[in-house]
Amino acid sequence: MIKFLPIVIFIALVGFLYKGLALNPAEVPSPFIGKLAPEVRGPILNAESEFNSADMAGQVWILNVFASWCRECVYEHPLFIELAKAEKVPIIGLNYKDKSEDATAWLNRFGNPYSNIVEDQQGGVGLDWGVYAVPETFIIDKKGVVRHKVIGPISGESMQQEIMPLLITLLEQDS
Amino acid sequence: MTRKQLHPIQLIIGLFWLCLCSVSPFLMAADALLEFENDTQAALYLQLTKDHRCLKCQNQNLADSNAGIAQDLKREIYERVVLGESGSDISDYLVARYGDFVLYKPPFKATTYALWIGPFILLFVALWYAMRFTKQSNRERQTPNSEALAAARDLLDKPDK
Repeated sequence: MIKFLPIVIFIALVGFLYKGLALNPAEVPSPFIGKLAPEVRGPILNAESEFNSADMAGQVWILNVFASWCRECVYEHPLFIELAKAEKVPIIGLNYKDKSEDATAWLNRFGNPYSNIVEDQQGGVGLDWGVYAVPETFIIDKKGVVRHKVIGPISGESMQQEIMPLLITLLEQDS
Repeated sequence: MTRKQLHPIQLIIGLFWLCLCSVSPFLMAADALLEFENDTQAALYLQLTKDHRCLKCQNQNLADSNAGIAQDLKREIYERVVLGESGSDISDYLVARYGDFVLYKPPFKATTYALWIGPFILLFVALWYAMRFTKQSNRERQTPNSEALAAARDLLDKPDK
């Protein structure tokens, strides 16, 4: 039996390496999952008022980090437009390191699914949320806990198979 | 009056030196622009930017990277260093936001035991196996079996043709 030990170890190593091939190194697990969401505060785009994430308490909401300079944001945008039509979950846009006029023009072109858009021209809010690759999307539950994070554009498949079921479960939970 | 003509090779060498002389100060300018109260702070800043990863370009540390996020994190580190925060506080701040992955050297904790200890275990298993293997083959070589001995004796005893 002991004769096969090197072969067994070799096969186990190959197994690990093979699994490693399928992992995406760009997807860094967020340390926020299961923790209270950091604050989002900042001026609302094209409005005089200020947004404060404390006002979202008791609601399931989505924070979508986007920018007009972000090419991949265009791919996931139609999904948010569809999601917004259901009017079940407010989508807050964090306009990351962008200019107000560029963001406005971009939204006029591709549509605006956001119930509020927070300007983060310096990227300070993004830094607090550990944003490093736009677009990023966070799902926050009624207690203000971050439940899910997507790095990069959301695919239609992950919207249907991961995000929608999660939103439904979260909406059913008590605040 | 004839003007002295530069040989093309001379020109190239001259340009080469000009480039060398002009590039290096620019390279240093990025960090030289930052002002620290003392050398300890400057050293801490350099150490922190070396020890933390740029998440956008994952095989570079913050010091080497020019990605937007690396610039932001460097500015954040700089501001905190100047405020007098300790290196471990700043490191904790980054880990709280970006997770352990932001550290170039992974911490030694439950989820990384296999990473740190695994290679040594593999090494010991390999050594143990190699020793066992060589011992066994030595033993086999030292004690030839009786049949082989008898066959050998037979051959030796047989008179030559």
